[in-house]
Amino acid sequence: MQLDTSDHNGLTLISVCADRVDAAAAIRFKDAMRAATAHSDGDAVLDLARVSFVDSSGLGAIVSAMKQMGEGRRLILAGLTPNVAKVFRLTRMDRVFEIHDDLAHVQARFPG
Amino acid sequence: MIRYERGRGGVNTRDFRLSATADAWAVRALLGDLCRRLRALGVEDALCGSVELALAEAMNNIVEHAYGPDHDGTGVVRLRVRVWPDRVCAHLRDTGAPLPVSVSAVTPRPDPARPVADLPEGGFGWWLIRDMSSAVRYRRGRDGNHLWIAFSRQSGG
Repeated sequence: MQLDTSDHNGLTLISVCADRVDAAAAIRFKDAMRAATAHSDGDAVLDLARVSFVDSSGLGAIVSAMKQMGEGRRLILAGLTPNVAKVFRLTRMDRVFEIHDDLAHVQARFPG
Repeated sequence: MIRYERGRGGVNTRDFRLSATADAWAVRALLGDLCRRLRALGVEDALCGSVELALAEAMNNIVEHAYGPDHDGTGVVRLRVRVWPDRVCAHLRDTGAPLPVSVSAVTPRPDPARPVADLPEGGFGWWLIRDMSSAVRYRRGRDGNHLWIAFSRQSGG
């Protein structure tokens, strides 16, 4: 699974370059997230704008990605498409993650 | 191949079958086919999303639990879908282990107030299936597992 990673004022910005985070992709996604968040000890933003489908395995992998970052570090989400937002809402995970409309909105919240 | 048949009461039903070997990649490919066919039959986009998610959860359960990691890899998941003016009905069959009744029962949803380290990374599947659907029925037959999931169409056709 390809993730595009960049830095913005100490935040790690991670864009998922795939249209599905599902059972087939979950393990690779977790591994890629570990690599993407390893070089920093700050918060990270996961941009899901290109993702049209997340199932419960994918959701579990996103929760796991936040856990593996370690205590005190947040995984912020951005760009949830309608079906993906629905999965977060129904599982109440929308109350666990800070969720922004898009990456630009997050960058505006953390100005340099 | 999409097959058309006349249902009871003279109502036209549209009926198709898909199958996949029991692995996550084959399930993903089947779901892609499923969505294309539902859209081609005029099923609303939002409902296609619900059907795709519920069947993804149900089929992933079959792959991970009914067949499981020790299975010899020859397992098959069979899906029959019927599209009616007011509903979509899916019938899943597999020849894996029976579904434990306790698993399909409604379990408590995770508490978002729990510390991050205690959040569950799984167990979301069954109530996603229930949330997406209007009815769920399971039967263990001599030929394996049967799971029926029905979805209401808001437009009524």
